[in-house]
Amino acid sequence: MGSYLPETDEGRAGMLATLGFGECEELFSVVPPEVRCGTLDLPEGRSELEVVAHMEDLARKNLRFGTVLRGAGAYRHHIPSIVRSVTSKEEFLTAYTPYQAEISQGVLQSIFEYQTQVCELTGMDVSNASVYDGATAAAEGVLMCRDRRCSEVVVAETVNPDVMTVIKTYCASRDVPVVTVPAASDLATDLAALREAVGPATAAVYVQSPNYLGVIEDMDGIVAASHEAGAKVVMGFNPISLGILRTPGEYGADIAVAEGQPLGLPLGFGGPYLGIMATTKALMRKLPGRIVGETTDAEGRRAFVLTLQAREQHIRREKASSNICSNEALCAMTASVYLAAVGPEGLAQVARLCAGHAHYLAQRLAELGFAPMSDRPFFNEFLTTCPVDASQLVDGLAKRGILAGLPTHDGILWCATELNTRAEIDRVVCAIKEVCDR
Amino acid sequence: MKLLFERSVAGRRQTIFPDLDVPEVTYDKALLREDAPRLPQMAEVDLGRHYTELAKQTHGVNDGFYPLGSCTMKYNPRVNEQVAALPGFTDIHPLQPEATVQGCLGAMHELEGMLAEICGMDAMTLQPAAGAHGEYTGLLLIRAHHLANGDTARTKIIVPDSAHGTNPASAVMAGFTVVSVQSDAQGGVDLDALRAAVGPDTAGLMLTNPNTLGLFDPNIVQICQIVHEAGGLCYYDGANLNAVMGHARPGDMGFDCVHVNLHKTFSTPHGGGGPGSGPVGCKAFLAPYLPDPRVVERPDGSLTLSCGERSVGKVRSFYGNFLVAVRALAYILTLGREGIPEASASAVLNANYLAHLLAEAGYALPYGERCMHEFVIDAGPLKAETGVSAMDVAKRLLDFGIHPPTMYFPLIVHEALMVEPTETESRETLDEFVGFMTRILEEAHEDGERLHGAPFACPIGRPDEVKAARKPHLRYEFDEEG
Repeated sequence: MGSYLPETDEGRAGMLATLGFGECEELFSVVPPEVRCGTLDLPEGRSELEVVAHMEDLARKNLRFGTVLRGAGAYRHHIPSIVRSVTSKEEFLTAYTPYQAEISQGVLQSIFEYQTQVCELTGMDVSNASVYDGATAAAEGVLMCRDRRCSEVVVAETVNPDVMTVIKTYCASRDVPVVTVPAASDLATDLAALREAVGPATAAVYVQSPNYLGVIEDMDGIVAASHEAGAKVVMGFNPISLGILRTPGEYGADIAVAEGQPLGLPLGFGGPYLGIMATTKALMRKLPGRIVGETTDAEGRRAFVLTLQAREQHIRREKASSNICSNEALCAMTASVYLAAVGPEGLAQVARLCAGHAHYLAQRLAELGFAPMSDRPFFNEFLTTCPVDASQLVDGLAKRGILAGLPTHDGILWCATELNTRAEIDRVVCAIKEVCDR
Repeated sequence: MKLLFERSVAGRRQTIFPDLDVPEVTYDKALLREDAPRLPQMAEVDLGRHYTELAKQTHGVNDGFYPLGSCTMKYNPRVNEQVAALPGFTDIHPLQPEATVQGCLGAMHELEGMLAEICGMDAMTLQPAAGAHGEYTGLLLIRAHHLANGDTARTKIIVPDSAHGTNPASAVMAGFTVVSVQSDAQGGVDLDALRAAVGPDTAGLMLTNPNTLGLFDPNIVQICQIVHEAGGLCYYDGANLNAVMGHARPGDMGFDCVHVNLHKTFSTPHGGGGPGSGPVGCKAFLAPYLPDPRVVERPDGSLTLSCGERSVGKVRSFYGNFLVAVRALAYILTLGREGIPEASASAVLNANYLAHLLAEAGYALPYGERCMHEFVIDAGPLKAETGVSAMDVAKRLLDFGIHPPTMYFPLIVHEALMVEPTETESRETLDEFVGFMTRILEEAHEDGERLHGAPFACPIGRPDEVKAARKPHLRYEFDEEG
């Protein structure tokens, strides 16, 4: 049996004697006998060696693809080596939420730095310390726009389907109606339909750009239409794209949200990821989650603390802006180290590489008859037709170590990042030819 | 300490990415950002040293004793980190074909089964990302159950006044209103108050057992009966499961659904505030409402992800904080059926031992020395006598390299210090803590005034929190020219 107990049996016996007890069992005498359980139906405990072997067996049952051309909400990027080196430091890894500021300045400062970087990245005024993931960030974002007058939410159908589902779940439990707006034939949100959907009761419009199908939305039009109707705009973004693309702040969004996973977090079969949330000064006090602020101590030294806690559950209980307590602090630190390591030029370069590789892939795929299904600008994802049976394509490429784009919307949703080099894409093209010729 | 932005020097950089090997994409100017983000420009060595300095000003479990009540700051085993870093887990896309992710699904399935057994539940989901997220998910199941029965009048969730703040906040997010019931003199649920509170509008009860005073409610079976007889369901907040795992199961106490905190009971690290993981378990009748998708075993033994017609939907993307679940699985496999109850017994022993010695030292324990995995000190009498508050005691502890107990919680004890030693501390550590606490008591009687200025040996003194909230300064302000 494995154990992490430092004390020996003799040591425990001594402690029990101090308390006037003979055995540990007596400590549980307050628990009614009818709710005491017998031995659990669990395997026997194991040594470290056996546990590692078991976990390695499980890991081996997964297939790691040499080439990944699938995104759709989770992206394989290069992770700079310093990122893991920093985030595996035991102080950061094993600390609790920094409620005791005097011995937590390191983690508090790192969150303050993260908040600053998110503001710089998005062009927004204020960032929180993170929420669970991009989907919950979007759901919290639309809910924080509600007021007495406006209680409805409008969501573009071009957003990530998981995000749409999570928004609907969060809104349903608070009886907030969700109106969806379809895409036009060019896979961008139908602006006329959006204008019809927003009205005086609309609290928030949620749009993602680049959208789920890769298309860069007409954000100017969407923001204008929403604001004209008195609705706030929650904009989902891809953090890597903001190395070059226009920011939510520049578009005039009221809240910017994102899945922060591309900023140094591994695919990890879906988590832990990072919910990025930033907003304007006007909405600052409605922002959910922890926020770090700068202040001073009695001697005037700079100090960082968790602040604006009057919004939070441990103070406000049922009147809190959200129930969130634990967030994704270490993932936020990961993103912060990533952004510091790559710097402004590195972020622009990785964005150019992603866009360049995706456009090269799109061009090569078009030569094979995988026609782009939109002629609008895109970043690093795009939808094409699929001239062959989609499952045959996916299986055939899987056998060659390639994770194909995701079959969806009667086509294939492809993704390329800086990892998919020109040479790799050329090899993919050969592999697709082989699969299609069969 | 300088901020990243204060260390930045224009032109410094790291060479992370290669040059373009394809033509650069040209976008319409209207689609491009006008100015580059002012991210730090630093060499790798300077960035590395920056974080090493920050780490030195961060107190983790490996830096010293961390008796933070209700947070279960037990040791985070290294092997968990090793297995969670296996590329066969970290480099797997969540939307890969099912045949290529059988190992991930296998890990989830195995962990779900073990957690269900530990909790006495029939089904589990790993999707919730934290404890509060689990509460929300569990309450959605309760809501769905009542709505499916056409029971639209059940809109109220009963929460004891000793509960964590997340309980009422989660209830509101799940569309309920909150009814608070008072604790009785022993700190348990007042049965008469509960009987008076339940009725045809009761959707359910949220309860932590043992509660935040560290007391196991001896009336637990009756409590669940009262709620059930009124037509409500019982939700178990697993924040304090470390006291009873392997000894008593929420399912056997009468609870219908439960969340557990993998980052508390099951040894996964807190990461300075997250990521956590808050799996939710339920009895079979609630299982159809669990979030999509669920891991299901096919007749041939392979695993698949399946969506349910009556599911409440999704509470986050994909399947939850998978790599946190991997760590918890390694932990449960290590402890096994003997180690799980042994861990909680030792946690309870450590807490009782500490409670006894602190009472002997002169601290007031309003609910007595007997407790489960944690207990609450009332610094009220000390404050009345010497002016030294729970805050002062906590801040002085910082000087001794100890993370203080949870302060001012639960709310029903005004000068509360909530102490949870966990099972991974030795007798010497506990004795040393008692020594420091005794010294603080002596200092309080000698010169209580001085302790208002504690801590004395930390990088900063007590920060001005009022100033932080009145004039929020939430990001670095660059110089006008910069």
